[in-house]
Amino acid sequence: MDDSVAQFPPYRGPEATSDHGDHGHHAHPEPSFWSKYIFSTDHKVIGIQYGLTSLSFMLFGFCLMLLMRWQISHPGMPVPALGPLLEKILGAPAAGGAISPDLYNSFGAMHGTIMVFLGVVPLAFAAFGNYVVPLMIGAPDMAFPRINMASYHAFFLGGVVMLVSFFIPGGAAQAGWTSYSPLATTIPTNGQAFWLIGMVLLITSSLLGAVNFIATIIQLRAPGMTWMRMPFFVWAQFVTAFILLLAFPPLEAAGVLQLMDNVAHTSFFLPTGLAVGGQLADRSGGGSPLLWQHLFWFLGHPEVYVLILPAMGIVAEILANNTRKPLWGYKSLVYSVLFVGFLSFIVWAHHMYMTGMGQRIAMFFQATTMIISIPSVVILTCLFLSLWGGSIRINTPMLFALGFLPMFGIGGLSGLPLGLAATDLYLHDTYYIIAHFHYVVAPGTIFALFAGVYFWFPKITGRRMNEFWGRVHFWCSFVFMNLVFQPMFFQGIKGMLRRMSDGAANYSAARVHDAIDTLPGTIMELNTFILWAAIALGLAQIPFIINLFHSISYGEKVTSDNPWQATTLDWQTPTPPPHGNFADLPVVAHGPYEYSVPGRREDFTPQNEPLTEPAPAPAPQPQPQPAH
Amino acid sequence: MEIPYTVDLRPDTGVYNAKIGIWLFLASEVMLFGALFSAYILLRVGAEPGLWPHGWLDVRLGAINTLLLALSAITTLLAWAACKVRQFGKFKFFHACTILLALTFLGIKSYEYHDKWIHYEIALGSGPEAGKFADGHLVEKSADFDLAKKTGTVTLHGHFVADRKELMDLRSPAAQAVQNEELTIKAADIAKMENYGPKHNTFTAIYFTLTGLHALHILGGTAVIFYLWGPGSKLWRRDPERFTNRIEVSGLFWHFVDLVWIFLFPVLYLT
Repeated sequence: MDDSVAQFPPYRGPEATSDHGDHGHHAHPEPSFWSKYIFSTDHKVIGIQYGLTSLSFMLFGFCLMLLMRWQISHPGMPVPALGPLLEKILGAPAAGGAISPDLYNSFGAMHGTIMVFLGVVPLAFAAFGNYVVPLMIGAPDMAFPRINMASYHAFFLGGVVMLVSFFIPGGAAQAGWTSYSPLATTIPTNGQAFWLIGMVLLITSSLLGAVNFIATIIQLRAPGMTWMRMPFFVWAQFVTAFILLLAFPPLEAAGVLQLMDNVAHTSFFLPTGLAVGGQLADRSGGGSPLLWQHLFWFLGHPEVYVLILPAMGIVAEILANNTRKPLWGYKSLVYSVLFVGFLSFIVWAHHMYMTGMGQRIAMFFQATTMIISIPSVVILTCLFLSLWGGSIRINTPMLFALGFLPMFGIGGLSGLPLGLAATDLYLHDTYYIIAHFHYVVAPGTIFALFAGVYFWFPKITGRRMNEFWGRVHFWCSFVFMNLVFQPMFFQGIKGMLRRMSDGAANYSAARVHDAIDTLPGTIMELNTFILWAAIALGLAQIPFIINLFHSISYGEKVTSDNPWQATTLDWQTPTPPPHGNFADLPVVAHGPYEYSVPGRREDFTPQNEPLTEPAPAPAPQPQPQPAH
Repeated sequence: MEIPYTVDLRPDTGVYNAKIGIWLFLASEVMLFGALFSAYILLRVGAEPGLWPHGWLDVRLGAINTLLLALSAITTLLAWAACKVRQFGKFKFFHACTILLALTFLGIKSYEYHDKWIHYEIALGSGPEAGKFADGHLVEKSADFDLAKKTGTVTLHGHFVADRKELMDLRSPAAQAVQNEELTIKAADIAKMENYGPKHNTFTAIYFTLTGLHALHILGGTAVIFYLWGPGSKLWRRDPERFTNRIEVSGLFWHFVDLVWIFLFPVLYLT
């Protein structure tokens, strides 16, 4: 570790003394562009690398979705404006500028993969975790800075492999983000092999990240930062890291086995007597398709909590800060998040009620699924109750955090019928599922991530994002998110299946008129409605994108290192934090949320504020004080 | 800026950073191999009766390899202990042993792979033994041997069986009594010819995958130990404590890799 690896962004900062005014790009033995931005070991730079990369991937994943929505509402018709370009880039699968069913499947698989593994997880866990966790616990950096850098590079490579797979003959993987075998093996293109190699790289990246996070939180907490003084966000990231550490390897194992199936022609997931295209496949057989699903969902379900826990952590920080009062039930939150983390490992087969794995197994997983809803509800309830009696400050991050609560509530509650086998059999693989998990992840997690971007932006850059455009972004996103996903509940309940490239046109046409499972015309018309809502949702992101980049250079400057008047240590650093983070080693003497403590001078007490009571001067390990 | 506890122990946790790191990494490795062993169990339990092979691997070679890895675990421990008591020469000696043992292990493993690679099962579609299966090791292929053009011959050291199931349990008295001889088969008679590679059946698939992944771990571990033994040992003169920690951490990984083999050996060779 040397001090030459400078902070991001390169300008400003209290110790930029040697080169005032010329934006600090030369003078001094400055580190080169490469060591500063590409091969940096500073956790803050890596956090920003992760943040920008994953935001770009999210935008890309969103665009794939727009193309799919066009195909759903206008099956087989050329994509307006973009059609010729698509045909030029992708060739035969986009013949005539229309999206063929194969291409639709590709886009579907890659939309899911990109959003989950290249968008939300890296943003929620790696970007925010990297930037904020070491600051919050008072550490100078991550425990293993070079491993941290390797983690980002593995992630980036994984992303490149995924993107490259669009351009190989036959295009990207087509078997859905769940890549069920035997389908994933019998599709005669190489997209799946690319997908698997990309996944192995992404898993490696998250493994390196998870080890780093846990080691950092255990080892590098500042003196006085006891476990129960850690901000809830740190707890959430801690549990998330454990989930990633232990749930991802089985998917890696499954990925290796499927790669063997695809490349070495083994039969791990291929049953005996498999016929492909009407002919007996030249395979030894003897494998088990169910095995893939078990291994996949052993990751897949904990992954849901990887998506949601960091979001809850962000929301908790922002709520406490803007209600100016302690979080309601801090300890309940901590124990609940630990319990969720543990239970998330034994609920996976509730994704598999339809597979014929047996009623007894279904019963077990149904029970655990109902049990895991308890701590989740405890967390959400604590967050709601935290609002009670607060003098709430409304600003963009707070709006997004408040928006998260009901949206995640809808997502969570609509999941209950899916957790019970009897109702799931009907709803399985319909648009109801799509609506359910998108409510959890899109207006849920992604809103929390937006909240986090607006909240920590002043610490990262020393400037605020524009408040007016932030509110425009929030209200438009809020309205259009609901207009996109709410209709899908109705489509699903009426029996419209997911994964149909023509938006159920053939399916509904083939049904007997007036039979109970006919899709009414109104349900089909919703496809067009959703398309327009999605386009509007896309337009609503433009203010955010402009605001984000414009504010880096032209936003309103903050006058204090702690513009939100927050208690946690991330705000007690210089702005932006220099390499090494803290001017002096912080010594923690307070709980994480000492807001509005009666008798104190101000309505917030930073965690590292020395005790003023007749206590001795802050020692390395001060006596624990009552929380507030 | 210094990151705390890279060498010293943190008082309340009692460890240095890298030790936590390696244990966490090993926890994830347990999940990785745990998933693969689970896959093995599921595939074996789900196999059709009489179609799961027994005795296909050479127990003697497996036992020797087990012994080699057990010995390397001891030399790894002694190398670390030598560092602890600051005897650099002994460290050099013991880890040289570790590296040699690991390379011998990989050598034997490659021999076993090769042995499977040249082992063929041939289904005969016509000719004097039509409907039967020839099973044995490749002796030679004639120069003009071509399956697609149906020209030339192939010679195996093996025997004919009427039912593939006879090839499944090589521990049975019947299989033990088989006399192998050189069989020359015309390409024109061959319906299907396949070696005992990963695609041969579910057993060879999981065998190659599990041992292959394990061999990769051995290779990686050996590379790290070799680095610390060779160029990386310069650190010894600057910071012996930190160097000793590196030996400990790499040693923990090595012990884990040994432990995986302790499970692989009975699961694949003895059952």
